[in-house]
Order: sequence, then C-alpha cells, then structure tokens
Amino acid sequence: MASSRQRILGWLHPRPQARAWLLLAPGTLWLLVFFLVPILIMLVYSVMPRGIYGGVDPGFTLEHYRRFFDPLYLDILQRTFVWSVACTVICLVLGYPVAYVIARAGRWKSFLLFLVVLPFWTSFLVRTFAMIFLLRDTGLINNWLVKLGVDPIAMLYTPFAVMAGLVYGFLPFMILPIYASLEKLDFSLLEAAEVLGARPAERFRRVTLPLSMPGVVAGCLLVFIPALGSFLTSDLLGGAKEMMIGNLVQNQFSAARNWPFGSAASFIVMALVLAAVMLYLKVKDREQEEAA
Amino acid sequence: MGSRLPRWLIGVTLAVYAFLHLPILVLVAFSFNDSKFSASWVGFTLDWYYRLLERPDIMRGLKASLIVGGVSTVVSAVLGTLVALALARHRFRGRTALEGFLYVPIVTPEIVVGISLLILFALAKIPLGLTTIIIAHVAFSLSFVVIVVLARLEGMDQNLEEAAMILGADEITTFWKVTVPQLWPGILSGALLAFTMSFDDFVITSFVSGSGSSTLPIVVYGMVRRNIEPSINAISTIILLVTTALIYLADRLTTEK
Repeated sequence: MASSRQRILGWLHPRPQARAWLLLAPGTLWLLVFFLVPILIMLVYSVMPRGIYGGVDPGFTLEHYRRFFDPLYLDILQRTFVWSVACTVICLVLGYPVAYVIARAGRWKSFLLFLVVLPFWTSFLVRTFAMIFLLRDTGLINNWLVKLGVDPIAMLYTPFAVMAGLVYGFLPFMILPIYASLEKLDFSLLEAAEVLGARPAERFRRVTLPLSMPGVVAGCLLVFIPALGSFLTSDLLGGAKEMMIGNLVQNQFSAARNWPFGSAASFIVMALVLAAVMLYLKVKDREQEEAA
Repeated sequence: MGSRLPRWLIGVTLAVYAFLHLPILVLVAFSFNDSKFSASWVGFTLDWYYRLLERPDIMRGLKASLIVGGVSTVVSAVLGTLVALALARHRFRGRTALEGFLYVPIVTPEIVVGISLLILFALAKIPLGLTTIIIAHVAFSLSFVVIVVLARLEGMDQNLEEAAMILGADEITTFWKVTVPQLWPGILSGALLAFTMSFDDFVITSFVSGSGSSTLPIVVYGMVRRNIEPSINAISTIILLVTTALIYLADRLTTEK
C-alpha cells in the first residue's frame, strides 16, 4: 500500500497540471455528460423532423422554429416575455427599499437577512400551494371578504394570481444582490452629499442608486431568468388559459408528444437566458472599466 | 449609524416581509385546523398529520426523496469539494473557462435541464427511476457545492498545510489531517444546501422520474392537482420544517469562523 501511494505521489509531484485535472475530472465529466451534452442533443433535436412515438426522425428542418411565428405561439412568447419583465420591475420596486433597510438595520441585520434567505430556499411547490390556499374561491382572502360583506372575487387562474405567484417566488432573488452591493456602500458619502445640500431624492438618484447598480443589475437578471423559464407558477396559479413558454415545453414532452418542437421552445428559453447573461457581463465589464 | 430611516421605508419593508411570510404561516396554521373544507378556524387537531401516516403514496415518496437526497448529496459534496480544491489551489489551462462553465447550470432554467436530460436518458435507453433522478440532482447541485466550498477555501490559512508538509507529512496525510478538518464546515454547508435542493426539487424531477419512483414533491404536486385538502398543509409543514432546519444549520456553519 505505502509503496504504491508513494509511487503515485512521486509521479504526480512534478506534474501539477495532472494533479489539478485529477481533482477536476469527476465533477467536470459529470457536468459535461449530464448537463452540457444533453443541452447540445436538445439543440440537435430541435432541427429534426418529429417522430411518431415521441422521438425524432432523421433529417433536418427549421419547421419547429417557424411555428413560433404562428399567432398562437407568438402570443405565448410575448406573454412570457411581458410577464417576466413585469415581474422583474415589481420585484425591483418592492425589493430595493427592503434591501436598503436591511443594509442599514444595525443589529437586526442578520435576522432580517435570514428571513429573506429562508423563502429563497423554501420549496417552490409549497410556496405556490400557499398562494393557492390564499387566493382560491373558498380561500382565506375571499373568506374575509365575505365576512366583510363583499362578494368573493375570482383570483385563482387569473393573470393576477400568476403575477402574485411569480413576485412571491422570486422577490428574495432581487433583495439579496441589492443588499450585497448596498452593504458595501460607504454611507458617509450620503452624509457628505447631505452636508453639501443635496435633498433626499437627489442623494438617492446621484449617490445611492449609481453605487448599487451592480446589485440592481444582478438582481434583475436573477429574477428575469427563472421567470422566463417558470412553469409551476403558471401551471398551478394560471390554469390552462394563461400558458407561458415553460408550460408549452412541458406540454410537448407529455401530452402533445412533439419532442423536437418542445426542444425548439426550450432552446428559445435558453437563448433568451444566455442573451440576458451576456448583457449582464457586458454591463459589469463596463462598470469595472469605469471604476478603474 | 447615520440618519434615521424614513418611516415609509420601514412601512414598505414590513409589508414585504408580511407578503413573504404570511402565506406560509397561514398554510402552517391551517394544517392544525379541525375542518376539511373551511377556510375559517374551527379548532385544533393533529388529525391531518396522523392521516399522512396512513397514506402509502406519501410514505413511498418520502422514502424515495430521502434515498435520492442522501445519495445525490454525498456524490455532489465529494465531486464539488474536489473541483473547488483544484480551483483554489492549482493554476491550470482553461481555469477561467471552467469557472465560467460552473455558473451555467445555476442560471439555466430548470425546465431546460429537465427536458434535455429526459432526451438523453431516452436516447441512451436508460430507464427512468431513482438512478436517473439522482444523476439529475447531482448535475444541478454540484455547482452550488463548488461555490460554497470555494468560499471557505479562499478564507482558509494555507500556512498550516505548508507547516504540515515541512514537518514531513505527505500530501495525502496533510489533506486528511489538515485540509479536511478546516474545510469541514464548508463541505457540510454545501452538502446541506444540496440536500435541501434535492428534497425540494419538483420541475427537473418531474421529467426524469419513472412511474414507480415518485419523490415527495411529485406526490404533493399530484395532491394539489386533484383537490385541495388539509393533508397537503400537513405534508407542506413537514417539508418546511425539514428545509428550515437544514438552512438554519447551513447558515450557522457558513457564518461561524
């Protein structure tokens, strides 16, 4: 045992590259085989003709991408995009003040932060169910309305319910990065601005906001991406009418059995996400250049 | 501290905290409500919890979730720690590219991961079951483990390792006796996060699970689709308790020195 151990170490010692790759190999291979390769196969599937029993037939076609110009699917794409943007904006408006308060909360900081981290890690399914429980026709909110003498309002299976669910689900993703950049902010800068006569709104617009921009951009990205790919929220809170692209993808792989069309839809989601990430990296680079 | 926070800011913050937490608190409270239909409080009962024990589908789902969570956590903790070690301690070609690649699974929508794996398994004729779920869970939690362990490694004192080597310990001994004990909180919190993600995952699992291998979230989803009943509140409360405890532990481990 000892001798083979020494032999291996002796071989590795002058070969730092080999040592590094030995550590990297299992994890990297796992991600290559079970993450990257499947996505590449999905991409190939999206340009192949549809097979009869779910799979694909040999050949090449752009028919699945062309179908997205059909008003039915264009509608789904548009709804997904508009809702994701709306969700991002609402999360920003609600999340920024919270992040600001946490950053200046003194000894309450870690407790307040934990309360944001907690839903971040809480089962998305359970949280969506909590929304159903509140919003359904016989749910708590309508129950109260009836007690107050107001007619119950149908909230579940409406765009309102989906938007409430999306914001509820992704708000922590907005708060955490903004908090992270506000925490590093030197608040004496604000005092300096105050001494120099800047009013609160001006101090915010000219000092706080520009300095917290990296967090804002990161937060928007972290909300926009999962909102684009969301499927559970629109599935359970939106009913069948208000489909998002995630539901379309899921549908093609279950009931509709059109795998290449589902792959094409899925690749469109992926492409939008990658475009958003590229945009983020570009903004970040420019900020770093400006800072330098 | 600088100037005091304006009152409206505190108001908005309280409202957002209520929005984030009240729905869950209501859900938990009503798991103890002694009424099958009512959304108003009738009385306290533990009945809905006892009924869970009588449901074979939930018990099977729980078992499947624990197996999948356990195995996938160990695999991603080990593989993730190795990758983090290589990134923190070695300079090699393609390092920046690999670091960038590690972030891709985190930003990839779950639905994309789910269907692409489904295609892979169908193509390779691997039958869907616990194994395919485990493979998928490692694929999406590995990157998180790497990031958590890497953060711990970067804050670690390398002098101790050098000292051990100078005192004559070889690399393997140094690794087990010096590196691992110091790194342990990082590995453990990465593992706790991986387990939580595995225990909670619905979207990816729904694509790669076979008919006989439903994890707990898959069973719960089926219940929610069929009809809303207080048993769902009860099982949700149990899931919440488990994940909250794990996240609290992970939080403590990463903040302690």
